[in-house]
Amino acid sequence: MGLDSPTFGNEVITTKLDEAVNWARESSLWPMVFGTACCAIEFMSVASSKYDISRFGAEVVRFSPRQSDLMIVAGTITYKQAPILKQIYDQMSEPKWVISMGACASSGGFYDNYTTMQGIDEIIPVDVYVAGCPPRPEALLDALLSIQQELRSKAYDPNRHKNFKGLLDV
Amino acid sequence: MFKHFLEFFPTTKQKNNTFILEIDYKKIDAFMCNLYGFEILLDISAVDYESDGLKIVYIFRHTNLINTLVLSSFLPHKRVNSIESKFKMASWLEREVFDQYGIIFLGHSNLKRVLNHHQFVGHPLLKSYNITDGQICTKSDSLEDEINKEVKKTSFSKDELMFLNLGPSHPASHGTIRTLVALDGEDIVAAVSEIGYLHRGFEKSCENHTYSAIIPYTDRLNYCSSMMNNIAYVKTIEEMLDIKITPRAMKIRVMLMELSRIMDHLVCLAALLVDMGALTNYWYLYNPREAIYDFLSKLTGSRLTVSFMRVGGMSNDLHETWLEDLQEALKQVQEGTETTLSLIKDNKIFSDRTIDIGVVSKDDALNMGLSGVNLRACGVAHDIRKDSPYYGYDELDFDIVVGEHGDVYDRVMARFMEIDESIKIINQVKENLPDGDVNIINHKVVLPPKQNVYNTIEGVMNHFKLTFDGIQVPKGEYYSSIEAVNGELGFYVVSDGSGTPYKLKVKAPSFTNMSAYPKMIIGHQIADAVLTLGSLNIIAGEMDR
Repeated sequence: MGLDSPTFGNEVITTKLDEAVNWARESSLWPMVFGTACCAIEFMSVASSKYDISRFGAEVVRFSPRQSDLMIVAGTITYKQAPILKQIYDQMSEPKWVISMGACASSGGFYDNYTTMQGIDEIIPVDVYVAGCPPRPEALLDALLSIQQELRSKAYDPNRHKNFKGLLDV
Repeated sequence: MFKHFLEFFPTTKQKNNTFILEIDYKKIDAFMCNLYGFEILLDISAVDYESDGLKIVYIFRHTNLINTLVLSSFLPHKRVNSIESKFKMASWLEREVFDQYGIIFLGHSNLKRVLNHHQFVGHPLLKSYNITDGQICTKSDSLEDEINKEVKKTSFSKDELMFLNLGPSHPASHGTIRTLVALDGEDIVAAVSEIGYLHRGFEKSCENHTYSAIIPYTDRLNYCSSMMNNIAYVKTIEEMLDIKITPRAMKIRVMLMELSRIMDHLVCLAALLVDMGALTNYWYLYNPREAIYDFLSKLTGSRLTVSFMRVGGMSNDLHETWLEDLQEALKQVQEGTETTLSLIKDNKIFSDRTIDIGVVSKDDALNMGLSGVNLRACGVAHDIRKDSPYYGYDELDFDIVVGEHGDVYDRVMARFMEIDESIKIINQVKENLPDGDVNIINHKVVLPPKQNVYNTIEGVMNHFKLTFDGIQVPKGEYYSSIEAVNGELGFYVVSDGSGTPYKLKVKAPSFTNMSAYPKMIIGHQIADAVLTLGSLNIIAGEMDR
């Protein structure tokens, strides 16, 4: 933003609308934590004093999808859980982002078996994957920062997952 | 004491405190009428012997609270009478066996799947079912049939009530527990719970991995205290191998188990108080966990899922600064619990929200399947550490915490007091830690030192054989358990003599604790149901496996 713009002195800041909106979005991502397993315990650490996600403006953890714009899928997603994950994702309004936290959510992890979904990207589109079983808190913060970085550097594209077709999409 | 029993069943085998008995399927009903003193049901499972048929397995505890009986029987017709009317907790256990093996329980009131989804076809724990054959679920079960059955038992008609889903995606239900309640205003008149949202196929995975490769899977059963699961598992395998671990390893295990108990209770209490609206306490209780994580990171290289134990000992000895790190962690824990207690102990809101909520009577507790601290809060003084001590718990000075009313208040306070007792145990052990190795010397069980692996052909071969073939556990079946955080955590293992278990079943305390839950919340309000669930400390990884 043009904080040092000479035209209007110090009272007025000139910028582009997109940039102002992105700046606001970037600093107030509200997570919807879809926590199911071990990774959710590590998310508790991310939200606690030591790692403190509020330093990045994302501490308003809402379990209500209508109020959130950043879904963090923390934990194993089974076939039984899949329709619920999909429903909650659909209930979130645009703009929205998805972080797949940990090995299970990203690929099924070492649960290569009859009950575990082999990655949530089989049903919903994912923006950032975080490795680890579970990932350290720093790794999740890094994923958050990368979404913020992207928001800062380019315009938000609501159609970026337009061609995505998951297993549960009819 | 067991003279009469052994005369009656001369084929009974005994190992430590566990009796193993196989009977004819026609005699099951007669056994269930008598029970010969084995009146506490622990678990029900089955084993698939392919062409030899399906075998049902019941695990009982004697009323002396020491001895365990593993009772099994081949079922040629794949059906057996339900024991639901005798043991309330059998309801879900039988549903699980039906779900996983297809055994029909005659006379069961609600024989439907419990872990796998309702659109699932087949029975995954049968040996003929391929481990990777996943089946997509397109829609959740409405649970209408179950709740209607429950409503019929009340004086209300369906039209007078409102139906509400609590979970599974709800912060207080850990994302994995769904409870459908029928409400008259705010009051719950009927409830059914659905689980299985975190069923990750633990048991099927175990049947496909060597004994050592299973250790990381056990971490993820109860991920709030993974060390405890590690130890419960390797202890069972060690007992099957007749191995005695070194005195130092034993004491380190006691210390780490009690530390796990503390860190698990901290999460439970912190989360429960958040559910009540008391967020400040969350920081006081959760932050000391970071100090414990620091200790564990230095010791094991990992914060949460440690995979630290090995059959015959553990990965490595304590790190150099363990004593200071441990003391610092315990200091922070003590500060945290003291501060929290000063905020809630004489707090009217806390008392009003917890006293006389979710009450279970002493007589009902065992029958409903409560275990561990939840059981003791009801007034039943059963703690495996005292009743059949292992790892020298009998030489340690500590008390078991017993409640009186079996309500949320008792369960919460029992956890606070157990933290104190665990600190007491750790302090005794750390003062008198024996010297010596942490691993036994047995090349058939413990991996050789890396120096030998890199420099000698015998070392390489030894490493290779142990890694690929696995530890060869003698043929047979066995059950062993420890007092874990949420109650009795047991492993029932059937070995065919190879390096991979033929069958491995976890007796998971959270599963049976959870089966008691829908009955506990009847007559209370929705907000009380949330606290009741929190006070039971259900860990989904262990419940759904």
